[in-house]
Amino acid sequence: MSLARTYRGARAAAGPLVYLSGVQRAALGEWVSVESPGQPPLRGQVIDAGRDVTVVQVLEETLGLAPASVRITLTGDLASAVVGRDLLGRALGGVGTPRDGLPPPIGEAIAPLWGAPINPTRRLPPRDFIETGISAIDGLNTLVRGQKLPVFSGPGLPALELAATIVEHARAPRDEPFAVVFVAIGITERETRTFLERFQHGGALERSVLYLNQAQDPTIERLLAPRAALAEAEHLAFVHGLQVLVVMADITHYCEALREVAAAREEVPGRRGYPGYMYTDLASIFERAGVIEGSPGSVTQLPILTMPDDDITHPIPDLTGYITEGQVVLSRELQRRGVFPPIDVLPSLSRLMNAGIGAAHTVPEHRKWADQLYTIYARGREARMMVAIVGESGLMPADRRALAFAEAFERTLVGQGAERRSLADTIEAGWRLLDRLPPEDLLKLTPAMLAGREQQRRAAAEDRS
Amino acid sequence: MTAGTLTRVVGALAEATGLGGVALHELVRVGDAALLGEVLRVSGDVATLQVFEETTGLRVGEPVVREQLPLAIELGPGLLGQVIDGIGRPLGRLAVLSGTFIQPGAAPPTLDRDARFAFEPARAVGDLVEAGDVLGTVADRGGFPFKLLVPPGRSGIVRHVRAGDVGLLDPVVTLDAGDPITLLQRWPVRRPRPAGARVAADRPFLTGQRIFDFLFPVAEGGTVAVPGGFGTGKTVIEQALAKFGDADVVVYVGCGERGNEMAEVLHEFARLVDPRAGRSVMDRTVLVVNTSNMPVAARESSVYVGLTVAEFFRDMGYRVAVMADSLSRWAEALREVGSRLQEMPGEEGYPTSLASRAAKLHERAGRVRCLGRPERHGSITLISAVSPPGGDFSEPVTQACLRVTSALWALDAALAHQRQFPAVDWSTSYSLDAQAMVEYLDQQVEPRWSAARARALDLLQRDAELREVASVVGPDALEDKDRLLLAAAAALREFVLGQSAFDPNDAFSPPAKTFVLAEAALALFERGAAALAAGRSFADLPIDAVRRALAGLRDAAADGLDESRKAVHEALAALSAPGVAEGGDA
Ligand SMILES: Nc1ncnc2c1ncn2[C@@H]1O[C@H](COP(=O)(O)OP(=O)(O)OP(=O)(O)O)[C@@H](O)[C@H]1O
Ligand SMILES: [Mg+2]
Repeated sequence: MSLARTYRGARAAAGPLVYLSGVQRAALGEWVSVESPGQPPLRGQVIDAGRDVTVVQVLEETLGLAPASVRITLTGDLASAVVGRDLLGRALGGVGTPRDGLPPPIGEAIAPLWGAPINPTRRLPPRDFIETGISAIDGLNTLVRGQKLPVFSGPGLPALELAATIVEHARAPRDEPFAVVFVAIGITERETRTFLERFQHGGALERSVLYLNQAQDPTIERLLAPRAALAEAEHLAFVHGLQVLVVMADITHYCEALREVAAAREEVPGRRGYPGYMYTDLASIFERAGVIEGSPGSVTQLPILTMPDDDITHPIPDLTGYITEGQVVLSRELQRRGVFPPIDVLPSLSRLMNAGIGAAHTVPEHRKWADQLYTIYARGREARMMVAIVGESGLMPADRRALAFAEAFERTLVGQGAERRSLADTIEAGWRLLDRLPPEDLLKLTPAMLAGREQQRRAAAEDRS
Repeated sequence: MTAGTLTRVVGALAEATGLGGVALHELVRVGDAALLGEVLRVSGDVATLQVFEETTGLRVGEPVVREQLPLAIELGPGLLGQVIDGIGRPLGRLAVLSGTFIQPGAAPPTLDRDARFAFEPARAVGDLVEAGDVLGTVADRGGFPFKLLVPPGRSGIVRHVRAGDVGLLDPVVTLDAGDPITLLQRWPVRRPRPAGARVAADRPFLTGQRIFDFLFPVAEGGTVAVPGGFGTGKTVIEQALAKFGDADVVVYVGCGERGNEMAEVLHEFARLVDPRAGRSVMDRTVLVVNTSNMPVAARESSVYVGLTVAEFFRDMGYRVAVMADSLSRWAEALREVGSRLQEMPGEEGYPTSLASRAAKLHERAGRVRCLGRPERHGSITLISAVSPPGGDFSEPVTQACLRVTSALWALDAALAHQRQFPAVDWSTSYSLDAQAMVEYLDQQVEPRWSAARARALDLLQRDAELREVASVVGPDALEDKDRLLLAAAAALREFVLGQSAFDPNDAFSPPAKTFVLAEAALALFERGAAALAAGRSFADLPIDAVRRALAGLRDAAADGLDESRKAVHEALAALSAPGVAEGGDA
């Protein structure tokens, strides 16, 4: 730390920002310690390094900070986090300070928080199916290793329960265990508990690292928490070869913190007050998922975000959708009808599904099976809207069948409750729904698939008798 | 060399003093790590720079060194099959040098200095040559000759020619004035390479995607905007065109998009064989990649790097297709830098120069007479994805592109939700070249092409109107002939306009297959109508049989096409009269 420099007094302070003048050799991203008399030091980071003015973003509460009397130390080090296998089983604050009463982890390495991008030529295309135990995902919106698949939720919808269920039930193709990195970003104590209680059983905590920045914690720390967590996730995945699932909740709070800093800097606001660089900023988080050459590990992200006003065109879900590889959308309507998980499969999509299904990964003809279910369900949903206008009698017979199908689909296939369903059971549940329909409704299936199914049913019937 | 001093670092921007006489757009090396940067503004002694690499860790007081050159890239044989970033660094060799994660400051040259080539001269000592003249060729990955041209601005009498084994930096041809000409050349990316006059676009850029070739064909040398909300299929289209589009060279610019997509492109293109050239698709491709988490300034430059590579091959007389995914990220990079520069923002915070920059960028596409001899034409067709916030096309980037492009392939989120892919909204999409292109297709592919297109557009139009009616009165209230129309239009949408990029047999549709499928869907309507007129009822028509036959034809492997065609014929024949087989025009 020979580069550390200490100054007395700041030129100004506003919100989370402290302005210094006359600082020598400030570096962008340098760690800073801000001390007020009689207070524990606050952590900060240089976000604008200048010969005349240097701007420090303080990660902790700046209430009561008096610019004239602070003592400021530029540490000479870049913002970084301790990473290592020994962090498994630990609960840490947003920037890595212990939250579990234990001493700080020693770690195996120090990783810079900004996170160097993976060289695209060293990435492997994600291909390995992750069985989440959830039919609407495994069957229709398949998750693969190395993917970033966000959950688009709304206030009061059970996104965290869903994430916890996935984390609890997820199985990798060769049954490798997952390590879980959970980042709470500005969510309430209760939400955090909801999540943790769900997946605590079965020693899950021992293979998890928790980064907790909750609602009562400093806002600006939210900007660093996911980065500290991802540094650890990358270390576990690419140094130790583990399969890592990263759950981040709630990206909406993250974006609000971003907006707060932008406003404090008096930047020209973009859409709905969010900064124009939010796409780039979010990408620097979401792109830290993947599979790379030369390592058996992977980083898979399940970010959760709350759509303000359930509006999918709001900049937060919109920009997220532009970066991630699909989305799982929760529906208030299904929730109201008691369907769990309330996944609306129509706007949901896993863009990497095609690479992760089929004979080599799941079952042959998975695609056609899914397309068929999707098509009839979509038709049924359309019919449901039409009924409101023309009444059920105005529908064609095929529409009426689709309508009944949609009800059953939501109740049985999507609404599986809390239980885990294997892929085989999911496929069978889908076939059961299709069995009720005449062949003219099943044009997405090949004659061979229909014949195969027929044979399977006959064999099953014989077994029973 | 003059060294200045770094006085400020914020985001991708830096300020330096003491760079006396530095020019706008001049390159500089920033900091101890010698990061590449570019001068954006000079005011008194202060120069404002954008830095093309990660700036975290740059320290005030570090040196800044002038390069006395604008941002330029290396051009030469060996470019094909390469993956380069937004400032021309070869990502493959960068990974060898600095590992899996990109570290700032490492910069191997674009082209591999160890490569050797066999030069076959086309000109001899004593010849008078001018800019653009073909001096000779070397073999390259593309399967077509790489032509060494007299560089722009040069001319003279050939004094020396070196045939046979040469390296990139060896003098290959020496003129009576100026430096010897080498296989390796450099060109500043922001300056368009000179070319001769524009020539009229006379033939379509065939995409292998039915909806584009059949309904909205674009001319070779044309420009297309492909706007659509997230997940509407822009990237799938760009990749399909890169794989199957009829071009000699493809430049794929992944501008501010996903790393996994690039991995997919790399792995798939290497394996996929180009049906026309009989070699790997990667052999005709140059990938320019600046993913969304790579530095924002290099995102902006990546589009120019891609266009410069395209112009280089165009100048040899080749047909180049450029896929830019996505121009919105390019525009946002401009906005990010502009706002840090505290420029007066225009609409939605974009720089007021957005429209003129978009226009200039698109002007680099086109079909031209190349400079020099022998006489030849080259073209650049530019297909750009646009990512409008919230899927709303009234935003500035979409509008700026639409003012200058010759075609719009509008993607619609509702169609994507119905899994109607490509999710092209046929009511708002257009191609200004369509008329000329269908005339070409009438002459070269199938004389009834333009007529079939007109019938299809008419059917789609009537379908849209009818569906609106049906949504009010209920489909059950429709007459038989209307039901037939809905059924035929559904078949047209599903089996002709719809095309799965993931079905190995259907991902690429040659023009002949496109026509047969379209004609069959139209025949379903017309023959069905005749049958209704002859007294049959809609319920009696074997629509599902025709649908199955169409699906069979759509998904048939190349060697099963004839058989599937026959099946379609038979199914259509059964429409006209039960039990009476009849030859048809499908
Ligand atoms: N032609 C097609 N055939 C089958 N599926 C398709 C087709 N086009 C798109 N899709 C589906 O839509 C998904 C999204 O497509 P794509 O990634 O091209 O969207 P995009 O418009 O590029 O989105 P973004 O702006 O977020 O990058 C694909 O992963 C695929 O599931
Ligand atoms: Mg895309």
